Amino acid sequence: MTRETLRLLMIDDEPILYHGVKRVLEAHVVYLEDIDFHVSFEMSWKGSGEEGLACIAEATPDFVFLDYKLPGMSGLDVLNRLRLSNKDLLIVMVTAFASLDTAVKATKLGAFDFLSKPFTPDEIRYVVKKIAHQIILSKRARLAEEEKRQIRFQFLSVLAHELKAPLNAIEGYLDILKDGEEGQKRMMIDRSLLRLDGMRKLIFDLLDLTRIESGQKKREVVRLNAMDIIQRTTETVAPLCQEKGVKITLPEHNVFEIMADAGEFEIICNNLISNAVKYNNDNGNVYVNVVRLGNEIVFSVKDTGIGLTLEESGKLFGEFVRIRNEKTMNVMGSGLGLSTVRKLARLNGGDVQVKSVFGEGSEFIVTLKESVQLGEN
Amino acid sequence: MNTLKTNGTKILLVDDDTDFLVQNEFRFQAEGYAVRTATNMEIARKAFSEHNPDVVVLDLMMEEKDAGIVLSHHFRREKPSLPIVMVTGITRETGMIIDSSNTEERSWLKANKILPKPIRFEQLKREVEILLAAK
Repeated sequence: MTRETLRLLMIDDEPILYHGVKRVLEAHVVYLEDIDFHVSFEMSWKGSGEEGLACIAEATPDFVFLDYKLPGMSGLDVLNRLRLSNKDLLIVMVTAFASLDTAVKATKLGAFDFLSKPFTPDEIRYVVKKIAHQIILSKRARLAEEEKRQIRFQFLSVLAHELKAPLNAIEGYLDILKDGEEGQKRMMIDRSLLRLDGMRKLIFDLLDLTRIESGQKKREVVRLNAMDIIQRTTETVAPLCQEKGVKITLPEHNVFEIMADAGEFEIICNNLISNAVKYNNDNGNVYVNVVRLGNEIVFSVKDTGIGLTLEESGKLFGEFVRIRNEKTMNVMGSGLGLSTVRKLARLNGGDVQVKSVFGEGSEFIVTLKESVQLGEN
Repeated sequence: MNTLKTNGTKILLVDDDTDFLVQNEFRFQAEGYAVRTATNMEIARKAFSEHNPDVVVLDLMMEEKDAGIVLSHHFRREKPSLPIVMVTGITRETGMIIDSSNTEERSWLKANKILPKPIRFEQLKREVEILLAAK
């Protein structure tokens, strides 16, 4: 495709200005020489910041001409709101008071460019050419990147599938060999089975991670009861809890609604809660909590386990990082779980941190931003 | 291993997955079965006529794509009362669901029981025993 129409939304309380811009851009075609690409424009207009945001919430335009001085909500407020919503659009501030101060403020809030009133048709054409260039190039880069990630994901899915079959076969043989074996040989077979299990976990985690990165997993942010997922996770680790005598304490509320993707929240829960059990001492405790602080969800899992040194805490969230000492010797992990948790937390505009005292236990705290609803006050 | 006492039951295992055969041959032998294995249609037909099994465990999809179905129809024709357990990774591999509780599908496949792979030996043995007891 060498031709595309970009959608421009103008938010300005002076309709006459919009008609001026419309006249200039209606039949205008920008030609991008370097990539041999034609861009034309489709325009719409809203008279206030509130209406503008509602319109963007419904259908995101490619770029916005945003008046600095609006009745009601100011241009900077609108800009700020758009920045928080992570919408993928470029914003040009339109202002009659082109002061350096305004420019700095707006740029900090993510404005792409400025138009100072009054502007000439040439100035409009100049700005939209710059914008068209930026949008088309970043769209192309994104497509190429997306394609690369898809290929990586497909390759890894096939690989994971191919790896599972030999693992199952080896496990079957070891199960047979284990029977009637005692002492050191039995210990070695048991350890082989443990390593196998670890490898299987690695494969699943690797798939999770690439699925998230490739965007293969469609994100569906919905209102859901976090407690349902927390309880379900607790049930899956119940056998291990019983084996180690670990007790999990859940928050008292039975319902805690959050806006999130169920699959993502489940991966976070699973990793943190199963870690808290795996790396716990016998008869230890795990405390799970979820609260709301402002527009953030804070999900925390605290254990009374082996804890981490400062150095270990620092590198914990990298890929393929495993903490190796005599206490983690019998725990199989892929070294991917926590890096996946961090990726997911960041995908949700939050992060994860750890507080830990070596020998006493660790607390993992995940913050997730609930997505800001545009057009809502 | 051959010193084990047999329970006299003859079982034929047909699968192109050698690991499946080796492991299940060992375990059925340990349970006292007389076991024959086959990795393809031709060997399976031959083993069937020589061994005259009391029960057959059959993989649905082998290298010759429809070998499992061809064989089950063949075995049923030769020996109408023969219990046939069909094992298949088809659901895992293609997402296609074969419903073992559906009489129509069982009769079309000529199988008494259809089990998904991977399958634990204990479960396979239990299903085989149930079918043998019902004979």
